Amino acid sequence: MEPRTLFDKIWDAHVVKSVEGGPDVLYIDRHYIHEVTSPQAFNGLRQRGIEVLRPERTVAMADHNIPTADQHLPIRDAVSRAQVEALAANCMAAGIEHFGIGHPNNGIVHVTGPELGKTLPGMTIVCGDSHTSTHGAFGTIAFGIGTSEVEMVLATQCLLQTKPARMRITVNGSLGRGVTSKDLILYIISSISTGGATGYFVEYAGEAIAQLSMESRMTVCNMSIEMGARGGLIAPDEVTFDYLSGIPSFNSDPGAVRLLEKWFSLRSDPGAVFDRDLVFDASSVPPMITWGTNPGMGMAIDGTIPEEEESVTAGSDSYRKSLDYMGLKPGMKLLGHPVDYVFLGSCTNGRIEDLRAFAHMVEGRKKAPGVTVLIVPGSQQVARQAEKEGLTEIFRRAGFEMRQPGCSSCLAMNDDKIPPGKYAVSTSNRNFEGRQGPGARTILAGPMTAAAAALTGTITNPMDLMRSSD
Amino acid sequence: MKRTKFTLLKSTCVPLPLANIDTDQIIPARFLSSTSREGFGKNLFRDWRYDKKGNINEEFVLNRSEYTGSILVTGSNFGCGSSREHAVWAITGHGFRAVVSDSFADIFAGNALNNGLLPVVIPLEILGELTTLIILKPETIVTIDLGRQLITVEEEGISVPFPVNPFRKECLLRGYDNIDYLLGMKDEILAFEKRHSP
Ligand code: SF4
Repeated sequence: MEPRTLFDKIWDAHVVKSVEGGPDVLYIDRHYIHEVTSPQAFNGLRQRGIEVLRPERTVAMADHNIPTADQHLPIRDAVSRAQVEALAANCMAAGIEHFGIGHPNNGIVHVTGPELGKTLPGMTIVCGDSHTSTHGAFGTIAFGIGTSEVEMVLATQCLLQTKPARMRITVNGSLGRGVTSKDLILYIISSISTGGATGYFVEYAGEAIAQLSMESRMTVCNMSIEMGARGGLIAPDEVTFDYLSGIPSFNSDPGAVRLLEKWFSLRSDPGAVFDRDLVFDASSVPPMITWGTNPGMGMAIDGTIPEEEESVTAGSDSYRKSLDYMGLKPGMKLLGHPVDYVFLGSCTNGRIEDLRAFAHMVEGRKKAPGVTVLIVPGSQQVARQAEKEGLTEIFRRAGFEMRQPGCSSCLAMNDDKIPPGKYAVSTSNRNFEGRQGPGARTILAGPMTAAAAALTGTITNPMDLMRSSD
Repeated sequence: MKRTKFTLLKSTCVPLPLANIDTDQIIPARFLSSTSREGFGKNLFRDWRYDKKGNINEEFVLNRSEYTGSILVTGSNFGCGSSREHAVWAITGHGFRAVVSDSFADIFAGNALNNGLLPVVIPLEILGELTTLIILKPETIVTIDLGRQLITVEEEGISVPFPVNPFRKECLLRGYDNIDYLLGMKDEILAFEKRHSP
C-alpha cells in the first residue's frame, strides 16, 4: 500500500461516501457547540421538523459572550442572556450535554473539551468556531465550521467537505530559554503570512514539536487557522498518552489500554507525500510580537517594523491602513513602547501552563502603575488549579484583576473591552481591527512577554526580567 | 428546504480593494448576539461605515452613491479569521450576491456557498484590472454566468473563466439544499455508524 499521511488515514476512515465530482460526506465523531453560532442551527432543525440525530456526540457550553465577573448573578446584557438561555433550552430539548455558565466543567470549549477527555486521538471534531483546530494537538482532524454546517452535523452527524491539501511543517532543534510555543507559531505565521496555508491541512512534526507539552501543542494547533490552514494536527505520542491517562473519565474506561495501542499507529507512514513541506529551526525563534492588524504581521520583540514589502496580494492598502490603525510607523522599534492593558487568557494561552509561566515571572513583583492586567482562566478547572497552586494569590498581590472563565477580551463580546486607542499586549490569537473592542490596538504575544509588559508597562524582552535561577 | 437559485447575475460592482479582510471587519463581534439569521446587513463593515461616534464615514465605499450593485470586488484572502456565518448573512443581508477576489479563506467560502452567495475566484492580474475599471467607471456592468462559469465585462472585452466545484454548482443552479441531500442519505449514514469504531 502507498504510504499515507496521518491526515489521510483519519480522513479516509471517516468518509461515508465520496460524492462524484464533489465533496466527501464526512462522519463527525465529536461536535462542540456554543451559544453564538448554534441558535440559528437549532431554529433550522425546528423549521424542518427534525431532531438531533446523535445528541450524545455533541457537547455544549456557553463561553463567547458570558461576563467574567459575578457569574452567579443573572447576565445583565439582555441579548447575550437570551443567547445563553437559548443554548440551555436547545440542549435540554435535544438531550445534549451542556455545561452552562458557572458549572464546574464550564470554560472555553477548546480548553474544556480536552480537559474532560472529550477529545481523543483519531477523531473527527468540528465546532462552529475557527479555533477548533486546537484539538488537532491530540492527533485529530479538527476544524471550524459555519452555522449551516452546525445544522448539518446536528441533523445528520455528517458534513459535506472537500478534502484539503496536505502540508507538513517540521520544526527541528529546541526552543530557547524564555521562548514559548506561542512565539514559535507567531514566527511560523509571520514567515508564511496570514493566508500562507489556505487550502491546506497541516501536520506539525519534528524534534521541537515532540518536546512540547500538550498545552503547548494546543497553542500551536490553535493558531493554524491564523495562517489560513483548515486545521493542524500532531501525531499522538507518549506525551499525549500521559496527558490522557491523567483524565479521570479516561482512566476509568476499561477499554483505555486497547485504545492506546490503536492510537500508537496514528502517524504518517515513512515516505508519505505532502503537497507542501516546510522546515523551521526552533533555535532561531525569538520572543515574538505583532505590530499590525493580522497575526502574520509579526516580528522579533527587538525587531523593527518593516518598510512596506512588495505585495503579492491584491489590496496592498492594507499595510498602511494597519499601521495607521495601530498608531505606528514603518521602521519603528516597539521595545519600550508603552502598554495600557495586558490580557492573559483565551483558548490560545488560557491553560494552566500559561498561568504558571506568567505567575513564575511575576511572583513577588508588582504590576507597573497605569497598566490594567486581566487574568482570565480558560476554564473552571484551570481556575481551581490556579487557586490550589497559589497562582491566584500571586496575581492578586501583583495587582492584577483575577476574572472568571470565558472568552473575555479575546473577542470582547462582553464588557471586557479595551478602550479605543489603547495598547493591549494580548496572549489571544487575533489582532484584527476592533477585535478587542472598537479602536483597540492589540499586540499579540506569548505569556512570558505579556508578563514582562505587565511588570514594566512597556514592551519588554522577557529574557531581561528572567531571574538568574531560571 | 428550497434555496434561492443562482444562475446569471448582471450588476454594477462595489470595489473594496483591501487584502486580508477578516470576518471581524465584515461583522464585528458585538453585533453577533442575535439568535436569528436576519438583520445583520445594516451592520456590514460597521466600523468602517461609521466613525466612533456613529456618524456616517462619507469616504467609505458603501456610503458613496456612485458605487452600488450586488457584486463586491475585493482583495486577497477575503473572509479570513472567525468562522462566523454572520459575516455571510451580513453580506447577503446588504444585498450582495457574489464576491470577487483572487482568493478566499476556506471557511468563509464554504459558508458563502451554503447561503447562495457565490465566491468568484479570478487571477490576480485580472482582479487588479477589474478593480481599476470599476473604480474609474462605476457604471460598468459585470456579468457572472454560473452555468458557463464565466465573468464578463462586455464593453471591455473581458471574459474570464472561474472554478466552481461541480456538486456545489449543481446545488446553486437548482437551489438545492445540502442538508436535504444529507438527510436523503440516512440509511448510508446509519450503515457507516455500524462499521465505524470511535
Ligand atoms: S477564546 Fe477567543 S478565539 Fe478562543 S474560542 Fe473564545 S473567542 Fe474564539
